[in-house]
Amino acid sequence: MRVGVVYYPGSNCEQDAVHACRLVGLDTTLVWHKQESLDGCDALIIAGGFSYGDHLRCGALARFSPVMKLVERFAAAGQPILGICNGFQILVEMGLLPGALLANDGLKFRCQDTRMQVERTDSPFTNACAEGQILRFNMAHYEGNYFADEATLADIEANGQVVMRFCGPDGERGVEHNPNGSIHDIAALRNRSGNVMGLMPHPERVLDSELGSSDGRLMFESLRNALTPSAPAEVAASVGPVEVSIDV
Amino acid sequence: MRGQVVVRLKQEVLDPQGVTIAKALDNLGYEGVGSLRQGKIFDVELETSDPVAARTALESMAKDLLANPVIESYEVHLLDQDLLDEGLPNGDEGHA
Repeated sequence: MRVGVVYYPGSNCEQDAVHACRLVGLDTTLVWHKQESLDGCDALIIAGGFSYGDHLRCGALARFSPVMKLVERFAAAGQPILGICNGFQILVEMGLLPGALLANDGLKFRCQDTRMQVERTDSPFTNACAEGQILRFNMAHYEGNYFADEATLADIEANGQVVMRFCGPDGERGVEHNPNGSIHDIAALRNRSGNVMGLMPHPERVLDSELGSSDGRLMFESLRNALTPSAPAEVAASVGPVEVSIDV
Repeated sequence: MRGQVVVRLKQEVLDPQGVTIAKALDNLGYEGVGSLRQGKIFDVELETSDPVAARTALESMAKDLLANPVIESYEVHLLDQDLLDEGLPNGDEGHA
């Protein structure tokens, strides 16, 4: 079972995502945006960063990369795809997830810890979480203010597509616990069939409690569970550096 | 032929930049600014001299890339001076 981490010129979180997957024992490879094959991957992560310099709109240009035709087919086939930060913006621009991401309310780039409550655990990315569990992730973005019109929002809620919502330390909701203004405090959103999910905060940055939180591991362990139903509990504790060659 | 695509946030989408700019104008002493919305303008030069083809191309560009229809609306204008001189309609109708 293999995970591919898709990256573009301007991505900057792909190595962290590869590291996170390998940490939980997943065979993982980088997928450059010009590739015309997914190298037999069974799941994809669309890495964070600033693809194409965020020109025009965040994620708008990444949609036209050659690999994205394959990503569309991958999504339609029901394979798991996780978009993190810029990856979420790309999935939304592609129309694989509904709605749009606007500039944060208050017009500030926010780099901070944030808490989210897990509402759905029937997902390849949250099956290792408990329902109602509060996770602490790091976030760093300017355009993460999730927006959808009323009809779309009603549809999203009715279909149980909100996987996590921003909250306070005890799960309380309110503007003071919503770091970017996202409507309905939506922090993680999936498509109707549940195989495609996006979120702005970075699970790959919170893998070790010595760095503040290890909650991010749960998402990668969930993916491992989804890909290998009888996965062993113990996995490799250390992984080597990731080798990468860049051909922009 | 020259064309222009104007893209702006839909009315129902909050435009915090527009709100901030309106406040700044108020601070500068410009009274009576009710509301202000910020948008983007794309000036496009096309090889065609056929206004119908130009309009079709600009519409298509707006839909495919320049605007995100979830949050933005757009307008297409033809800017060719000859066309304006002849008083032909330049089609200012907006699109949701």
